[in-house]
Amino acid sequence: MEKITGYGLLTVFILIFGFSLPVQAGDNILIAAASNLRFAMHEICQDFREENSSIQTKVSYGSSGNFFAQIKQGAPFDIFFSADATYPELLEKEGLTAKETQKVYAVGKIVLWVPKVSKVEPYKGLQTVTFSEVKKLAIANPRHAPYGRAAEESLRYYGLWEKVKGKLIYGENISQTAQFVHTGAADAGIVALSLAISPKMSHEGRYWLIPEESHSDIEQIYVVLKKGEEKKSIRKFLNFIKGEKGGSILSRYGFVIPDNGDNRS
Amino acid sequence: MNFVAPLLLSLKLSSVTTLLLIVLGVPFAYWLVFTRFRWKFLVESVVALPLVLPPTVLGFYLLMVIGGNSFIGQWYEAIFNKPLAFSFQGLVLGSFLYSLPFAVQPIQTAFSSVDKKLLEASWSLGRSNVYTFFRVILPLSRHGIITGCVLSFAHTLGEFGVILMIGGNIPGVTRVASVAIYDEVQSLNYGSANMYAAILLSFSFIILAAVYFINRRFVRTL
Repeated sequence: MEKITGYGLLTVFILIFGFSLPVQAGDNILIAAASNLRFAMHEICQDFREENSSIQTKVSYGSSGNFFAQIKQGAPFDIFFSADATYPELLEKEGLTAKETQKVYAVGKIVLWVPKVSKVEPYKGLQTVTFSEVKKLAIANPRHAPYGRAAEESLRYYGLWEKVKGKLIYGENISQTAQFVHTGAADAGIVALSLAISPKMSHEGRYWLIPEESHSDIEQIYVVLKKGEEKKSIRKFLNFIKGEKGGSILSRYGFVIPDNGDNRS
Repeated sequence: MNFVAPLLLSLKLSSVTTLLLIVLGVPFAYWLVFTRFRWKFLVESVVALPLVLPPTVLGFYLLMVIGGNSFIGQWYEAIFNKPLAFSFQGLVLGSFLYSLPFAVQPIQTAFSSVDKKLLEASWSLGRSNVYTFFRVILPLSRHGIITGCVLSFAHTLGEFGVILMIGGNIPGVTRVASVAIYDEVQSLNYGSANMYAAILLSFSFIILAAVYFINRRFVRTL
């Protein structure tokens, strides 16, 4: 028996070591992006690769709060595009970011979105969510999704929060929230403008821009993480985003692009 | 997006996990069958836990144990210069624990159903434990081992919650097919979500049909 266990352990070690050998991918950028960027970032990466074919971009999408937790646990991302300013700030405090790399890259907006077939007229304002046609209202989870937090603020601003509380369904992030309304699982949803005007959604429903005074600014900040500090390709990628092409894609998706030089640290 | 990459990653994860489970599961099952250890029932309960635990419980504790703030996580990172959480190796560890009962239990059942008289005959003819194991127990338990292999492979292929918690959703690293479905649905790409789902569905069906087919043949040859 000892012999077998011995061989067993040997095999295990060989396997673990074999798979642990560093797969050296020269110019690989691992991006964690808030899911309101899902369609915009895809386009940005495509255009970026046309100019820099040697650089591979790999993007994961999720809620900013979730990424914050994952990065704290050692997730190997090079750069983090948050949907707010809080999480990059917290990461900086934890010493997980490259110094002075925080920057506002876009300001987001939220909309009330209903599917094409819905009888609800979102143009009449946010109080439409209290109508009986809206049995379920989807928002992103305010506990870890900045767009969910903005949605909650707006609902509270108009005094609707208590009235709709029983109808709310929470998406894990803003694109799951969009998917809930897109599939008709919810009758209405508060989603990011960048998703509502993406080709996938724009033909499937109608939206109403929720006035910005009803929620705090959705200032989206990116930050370079410790793992990406040394990578030259990161600089190229960031220059692309801050440049004309990146900016025009972002504004096409409804983001407001801040003036240059708004560096934070 | 590369459509095939998550499928290949799933296959790779399932193969590595299954291999590990069999290599370690066979001696472990042997020990479970032949030990007189008083607290064996406790060991068996621990092995069976993933059958009843929500994957999030396993995922949460694994993340605490292998994450960047834990002793093990830091130790691993110091040696291999990369984190264990959110890596393929982390997924292998998670899948190993999550599929452990699916490998150990069928093998254990098979070992314990081998007629004791045959073992005693072998021993009394002067054969060693090792010889008896390889020439008597193992051949008579092959259906159990095959079942263990197939079930742990299939179970790992269908794993979702643990992987999402300890692996995240990193393309090419931890985005396996089951996670890719979740991701494609959120991208509103119902077409490719459907493709992945259909592939996993057919694969699972074929695997289970194979298990039942093997067991049916085994019963017949008894």
